[in-house]
Amino acid sequence: MITTSTFDSRPAYGGLSLDERAKSHLVVAEGDGASAVLDAFEDAPPSLARTTLLYAGPDGMAVRLAILGAAEFRRTSGRLDLMNRLDEVFATSKMGARLYVAGTESFIGEVIAKAATYGVVPQSVIAEQRGSLARRVQCVHCKHVDEEVTATPYACGGCGQSLFVRDHFSRRHAAFQGVRVDAEVPGEIPAAEELVQ
Amino acid sequence: MSGGVEIPVVVSDIEQATPTVRRFRLTAASGQPLPHFAAGSHVVVMMESGERIIRNAYSLVDRAEDGSSYSIGVLKTRDSRGGSRFMHERVEVGSRLKISMPVNLFPVFAPGRRHLLVAGGIGVTPIYAMADELKRQGADYEIHYAVRDEAHGAFVGELRERHGDRLTLYRSDLSEVLAVREILPGQPFGTHLYVCGPQGMIDAVLEGGREAGWPKEHLHSEHFQAPPSGDPFSARLAKAGITCEVRSDQSLLEALEEAGVDAPFLCRGGACGQCEVAVVDADGELVHNDHYLSEDERSSGRKIMLCVSRLKGRELVLDL
Repeated sequence: MITTSTFDSRPAYGGLSLDERAKSHLVVAEGDGASAVLDAFEDAPPSLARTTLLYAGPDGMAVRLAILGAAEFRRTSGRLDLMNRLDEVFATSKMGARLYVAGTESFIGEVIAKAATYGVVPQSVIAEQRGSLARRVQCVHCKHVDEEVTATPYACGGCGQSLFVRDHFSRRHAAFQGVRVDAEVPGEIPAAEELVQ
Repeated sequence: MSGGVEIPVVVSDIEQATPTVRRFRLTAASGQPLPHFAAGSHVVVMMESGERIIRNAYSLVDRAEDGSSYSIGVLKTRDSRGGSRFMHERVEVGSRLKISMPVNLFPVFAPGRRHLLVAGGIGVTPIYAMADELKRQGADYEIHYAVRDEAHGAFVGELRERHGDRLTLYRSDLSEVLAVREILPGQPFGTHLYVCGPQGMIDAVLEGGREAGWPKEHLHSEHFQAPPSGDPFSARLAKAGITCEVRSDQSLLEALEEAGVDAPFLCRGGACGQCEVAVVDADGELVHNDHYLSEDERSSGRKIMLCVSRLKGRELVLDL
């Protein structure tokens, strides 16, 4: 379940835990998110019989998920393929299904943003962050989106300006906001710091 | 004052919708358009009954297209503490009242893929406004409305005319039961449910929703309750140095207001949280009647909602 940190828009992820009252489970994971799915569902065979599992990631993890025993398992060729498949799943699913998502923050954000277009309340999505802590950041100046941003400030891939990564998270873009760091004093750029959490 | 802006209105029309429900049209005394409101909003109506001011929250049914008026539906209850009886017996066309700005604690979740509107009895008033709003937006919605019989169903004719097949009526005189487990299955992912009616109905619908596996974030409800009566007690305001007596037939908030204290409030029904006050000391047991405080907050004994909760004991000391 998602809770909110002191920075209002900064999501925090409570971790995957089974909603025992759900009639079915829609589980989507990418990369290292597979391990969170294994942790939460491995000992829940009755629930797995009502689970649809979608995964984008490496062979080893895909094999472990495939033998987990979900009623339906599909490995997609990548995130884009998974997102397209998700449209079909959301379009045909019924209430009573609970959505779970595990992976990087950018992946979680993208899945929740898609679910929201179907009327799903973001706070109802059970999510767990696994894998890289890198962020997806949108430059507020040129609107370019950089993936895998690990330090602040960093150079925008679009306009080249040095951007400070704010904790301000856009649910619609599933991205943090990057703001020019030397707007006050052009050229005064602080040393980059690693983004941890 | 603490409830915010007061808008003077004149009662311009009264319609006997059912034997026990009247619809009042409230027209702005200033002639200026009344504020727009989103469906699910309510206003607090202030009635000067002579010896005291009665304040009751009522859901807004509609706003005239030109913005000149709102309408509200008022049920005459047998155990009325004065508000609904005043509206039914003392208010006539031409009467002057004051209302608060609209406040919305029961909004429609606009991105919802489908909306199930569930009403019981007088709980139809916000549902009426929601159905109108959803129809205007071209959204997908259903109305499920439980009434005693056709004559006691407020606005049934209008709802049928406006919403046709989207309305399902459940008449208890025909033994028709609104069973939540029958309307929940098969609803598309992203559907939202809204329920307004008696507390027992709300509880059953919300529990039915969770039983059907719906996340609680997709289940919305609103229940205004009149402040429950109870034993009289004293309220002392630690900062202001005022002590006042709370009679058994009035709420703590009403007693403070009668003593001239400008206490915080908004919904006056235990829902919004505006009137939360810290408890300094309680010589007795707090009786929490609100829907706002968490279990932990209740058991801590450190907080109370002035509008509906009270003390079973001698003296309550508040941080006011």
